[in-house]
Amino acid sequence: MTSEILNVQGLETQFNTPEGVVHAVNGVDFKLNEGETLGIVGESGCGKSVSMLSILRLIQQPPGKIVAGNAMFKGQDLLQMSNDDIRRVRGGQISMIFQDPMTSLNPVMTIGKQLAEPLMLHLGFSQEQARNRSIELLEQVGIPRAADRLKDYPHQYSGGMRQRVMIAMALSCAPQILIADEPTTALDVTIQAQIVDLVIRLREEVGMAIIWITHDLGVVASIAHRVNVMYGGFVIEEALIDELYRRPSHPYTVGLLGSLPQIQAEGRKRLYSIDGMPPMLYKKPHSCPFAPRCKWVIEKCRMENPPLLPIEEGHRAACWVNIEDGSVRDAE
Amino acid sequence: MQNNNETLIRVEDLKVHFPIYRGVIRRQVGSVKAVDGVSFSIKKGETLGLVGESGCGKTTTGRAIVQLYKPTAGHIYFEDTDLISLKEEPMRLMRQEIQMIFQDPYASLNPRMTVRDIVAEPLLAFGLATGKEIDARVKELMNLVRLDPDFIHRFPHEFSGGQRQRIGIARALALNPAFIVCDEPISALDVSIQAQIVNLFEDLQKELNLTYLFIAHDLSMVRHISDRVAVMYLGIIVELADRNEIYNNPLHPYTKALLSAIPVPDPDHYRKHSRIIMEGDVPSPANPPSGCRFRTRCPLADQECEKGRPEFREVLPGHFVECFKVELPTRSKEVLTEENTL
Repeated sequence: MTSEILNVQGLETQFNTPEGVVHAVNGVDFKLNEGETLGIVGESGCGKSVSMLSILRLIQQPPGKIVAGNAMFKGQDLLQMSNDDIRRVRGGQISMIFQDPMTSLNPVMTIGKQLAEPLMLHLGFSQEQARNRSIELLEQVGIPRAADRLKDYPHQYSGGMRQRVMIAMALSCAPQILIADEPTTALDVTIQAQIVDLVIRLREEVGMAIIWITHDLGVVASIAHRVNVMYGGFVIEEALIDELYRRPSHPYTVGLLGSLPQIQAEGRKRLYSIDGMPPMLYKKPHSCPFAPRCKWVIEKCRMENPPLLPIEEGHRAACWVNIEDGSVRDAE
Repeated sequence: MQNNNETLIRVEDLKVHFPIYRGVIRRQVGSVKAVDGVSFSIKKGETLGLVGESGCGKTTTGRAIVQLYKPTAGHIYFEDTDLISLKEEPMRLMRQEIQMIFQDPYASLNPRMTVRDIVAEPLLAFGLATGKEIDARVKELMNLVRLDPDFIHRFPHEFSGGQRQRIGIARALALNPAFIVCDEPISALDVSIQAQIVNLFEDLQKELNLTYLFIAHDLSMVRHISDRVAVMYLGIIVELADRNEIYNNPLHPYTKALLSAIPVPDPDHYRKHSRIIMEGDVPSPANPPSGCRFRTRCPLADQECEKGRPEFREVLPGHFVECFKVELPTRSKEVLTEENTL
């Protein structure tokens, strides 16, 4: 086994809004090993992005507030670090790429300047060194005529190329962890395939660990080693990639997989749909957050929120019901 | 192409070009050929899926059919009427039959109107209901799209994305149309909500005998909902076939690459299949490649492909493709027909 590089325990994040306190993340635990790719899957509002932004302390405080938890990165708690220290970690040892490459690049700065910035800031490169390294980085992510294109502005790049630039920038300081927040959602499928392919190649070259946030169970199957499924601010299932698809054990995961049309399917089956919609998080849930939409719901689900219960080695699901035989599980 | 009396929509050589103006006197210096010669027909009660990457012209095609854009050339027949030849008032009346559902349920509903006003607007525009009938009809439509009629006086911001899309569907159904252009109606929704809306589309089609043009970039959803599928690239249809045929037996190299790029929710799939990764981006529709439009990204392209645009031809029954390099599969016809009957 490789060693652990990030360990997050009991993370809770809330937002004060005019309508009340939104409990966006309600006690999230996860670990990340060196060189591993962890997929975090969930729908909008499930807390997947907020939990990652919290770790890097990128949520605006106020209105946001990290209420509890710790995030141990190489023996240090990211949540307790001084502002100067966390700034050195961000973009250096842990870097992040975002969903929309247009809004995350500065439109009035050339690509070359934006690429050079982290190199000069984190690694102390001179302008000349930074320029040369920028060209190498652009070549590494597959941008043709890299030296010429340094002078271009983001609007002169296509969506896929902008995301390549974001990846180049994120990898420029050889981070140990790359957090990718829905990096392919805004792209067309063929470009998405290019980007996933690129990240897999770079992962082998650079050897960093990746946290890949997505709502797409198809994309995550192509890239992740392990997956956490989130719902209502909780991790509700965690499993190795093969186990998750072979034996989904939380009713929500089962529903998500069932609601995808099978591309191989010949006939036309009605899609399985989860009734209702994701919960509003104005109250911290004390019952299972999925109970109002769940087919398997029992009385216990409405009384007590289930913790993650073991299914098999490395596979846990937060559900009182064993959906394979209908039996009721107990907390240890 | 098909038996004419059951064809509802027939599009012939449709072109939509947008002019580019430059300079002080705004001289036209070129045009964006968003749709550049597209032909297809849709039968009554059928769903035609229209897929392609952004900028391929699929939305422009849909909008041109509803006459939101004035086509540069071509014909659009609804039953036997050519919509292009219609004057303003007859076209307005024709819109009762042809409705549209938009991609963004946040932008396509007026935030200052209640659900009642939004859904009643088409009824009022055509004088189809007055007084109390209006509320009754709006509630009936809300029931039809599985929205609680008690919410009739609420505003769009009080609804979730999926519910808003239901309001948009209710508005489109208000006039009892025969044909609906669905322009990426599920792209902005969460996965678990997408399935709800797709099921609603299928139920409504059965209940009301609707005909859909379903525009999307999600190929697996398109396969699920469509009877036939047309693949667009840079303003033209490169391949059109029955839904199972196009997924089992894609002939155009672009269709093959597109299908291979679909994410599959099965980790095992990625160990068994290597993907076709297409190089580069879609060229600009203002200056499309000469000859075959796909040749700049095509793995099979050679000199022949530079010569001219390939013919859009029927290579197998009901299977059309625009490519010089089509190799007919080695599989026998028996296998194909057997699969189609499944």
